[in-house]
Amino acid sequence: MYGKGLRALSLATFAAVTATFALVFFYAPLDADQGFIQKIFYVHVPVAIVTLCAYIVGAIFAALHLKTRDRRWDLRSYVVIHIALIFNIVGLLTGAIWAKASWGHWWVWDEPTLVSFLIVFLLFATYQPLRFSIEDPERQARYASVFAIMAGAFVPLNFAAVRAASPFVHPRVLGTANGGLPGSMAFVFVCALTAIGLLFALLVSYEIAAKQTRWQLRALRRRLLGGDAVAPLGRSAAPALGAPERPSGPAAGPARGGGRGSHPAEAAS
Amino acid sequence: MNALLAAAPALPLHEAGKYVAGAFVVFVAIVLIYVAIMAVRLQRMSRELNELNTAVEARERAEAAKQAEAASR
Repeated sequence: MYGKGLRALSLATFAAVTATFALVFFYAPLDADQGFIQKIFYVHVPVAIVTLCAYIVGAIFAALHLKTRDRRWDLRSYVVIHIALIFNIVGLLTGAIWAKASWGHWWVWDEPTLVSFLIVFLLFATYQPLRFSIEDPERQARYASVFAIMAGAFVPLNFAAVRAASPFVHPRVLGTANGGLPGSMAFVFVCALTAIGLLFALLVSYEIAAKQTRWQLRALRRRLLGGDAVAPLGRSAAPALGAPERPSGPAAGPARGGGRGSHPAEAAS
Repeated sequence: MNALLAAAPALPLHEAGKYVAGAFVVFVAIVLIYVAIMAVRLQRMSRELNELNTAVEARERAEAAKQAEAASR
């Protein structure tokens, strides 16, 4: 069955996000320098961290796809990168709002952290058009995996390069000699990171379950009504699950053994 | 840039509040938009499943009618 454990994950995410919001506004102390505006930190930084980690996870899944040739890893890699792009947009927008409030500018081009985050976003924003440009599902999955690995490897390198840059304008609060969070702030930050990590995992699980269910439905429609009852597949950036479809009638029973709906992911369910 | 930071002290609450609210609203709004898209997809799948159910029921009725006809002969 698809979406196993979704209910428990949904409840855990809801509880974690609600508790974190309450902690941010009623427990975390006001920052001595920035005051109330520093509350943005509890959404912006965890979102940015989860986004960057997700890109690396997407690269690992892509590597597993290349190693095993199992399309499920391609699907996971695609969905993780897809949701990470959405989180990346949230990170950019919340960062811009924080920059406007703190620095008086929506965007500062000479700030390495901001620009590097934008570069990572633009790099991964090309992932979807790359997939869309390749019609053959097998090649699409293979090329997209290679791209995801290369782009994923760029993320930690980029992060290290920015950390090594000398002019620090962007606040460094984690693991630096002169920074560091006080205990209560660190606790709320860890809660926020956990909540946003859970939210990310939940959205990825929903997306994977929805995609697999859609393909299962498609396969079922082919088996019941025949190939003519299923709309032909258009070009898509999303991974195609299963073997190529052939037009056939209901009597032929096309999807029973080798149809597109007979993907291992579906068989396993 | 450091001078800019030095010249930007903590904002008073009435001014900072709108930025903090803006950041949290952006976060919640994007999640809600995503949930709405998922809901539309779910509706589509539900509709498709209903169609399939109807087709299966029609097929079962036709087969039952055939069997009844064969039995009566």
